[in-house]
Amino acid sequence: MQVSKICQLLDAKIICGEEHAQANIERGYSSDLMSDVLTLDTDHLLLITGMCNLQTIRTSEMADIRFIVFVRNKKVTDEMLELARENNLCLLESPFTLFKASGILYQAGLKPVY
Amino acid sequence: MKLEFNIEGGNFSWAGHASSEVKKMLKQLGIDARCIKSIVIALYEGEVNVVAHAYEGRILVQMEPHKITTEIIDKGPGIPDIELAMQEGYSTASKEVREMGFGAGMGLANMKKNTDELTIESTVGQGTTVKMVNYF
Ligand SMILES: Nc1ncnc2c1ncn2[C@@H]1O[C@H](COP(=O)(O)OP(=O)(O)OP(=O)(O)O)[C@@H](O)[C@H]1O
Ligand SMILES: [Mg+2]
Repeated sequence: MQVSKICQLLDAKIICGEEHAQANIERGYSSDLMSDVLTLDTDHLLLITGMCNLQTIRTSEMADIRFIVFVRNKKVTDEMLELARENNLCLLESPFTLFKASGILYQAGLKPVY
Repeated sequence: MKLEFNIEGGNFSWAGHASSEVKKMLKQLGIDARCIKSIVIALYEGEVNVVAHAYEGRILVQMEPHKITTEIIDKGPGIPDIELAMQEGYSTASKEVREMGFGAGMGLANMKKNTDELTIESTVGQGTTVKMVNYF
């Protein structure tokens, strides 16, 4: 699923990494728990989360996650933005809940990790 | 090649700094991406553990051809029962740590999964030393 399509479905905007708008993502994972995100073996997935802090960006950096949607209207801070740019991440912000965002993407064909 | 970093207990915005530097170095050396991921995930878990559970710490990284050894040495409360701490789901993390998205009790088990050798030594009231080795 293309990042631009995800934006459309989730009423989301790209906060950084515009150049990835045409990138294709196969799988998604929803969690507010970075402890769990760190245990995943899947690369190149979309992280859907309401945990909006610097450690979300760090965790993604370590786990080779390139795409994050922040749900529940959470706003990315300047500090997060700087670290995300440094690591070439693509960040989206959506006003939907974690449940709604996940449901929509699942229904539209984004695959789960397991 | 040897590298050394400091870790500050409680400072979540600095957590991951060392892991990030190590990741950059491993990338420059052209090491396989999956190996890099295992090494830095384990190191990051260890780094976050010092931030979350201890007072201060040091990370020592030693690179050899086809082998990396990382040691995380902290001053802190120590781990009274290492076997128990290794179990998935066991955590003494504070509310603050949980609010940061950690404290599920998955870290030590994940470090074991991502390393070829893991040794933990701890003295209650003094601190903990975690040694990890990966071959590539
Ligand atoms: N460096 C340390 N100093 C003192 N206690 C530690 C240290 N590392 C781990 N522990 C103890 O072991 C427990 C389990 O650690 P582990 O990393 O598996 O889980 P966690 O840090 O609580 O949560 P998670 O890693 O899933 O975010 C911790 O809750 C803590 O009680
Ligand atoms: Mg931990």
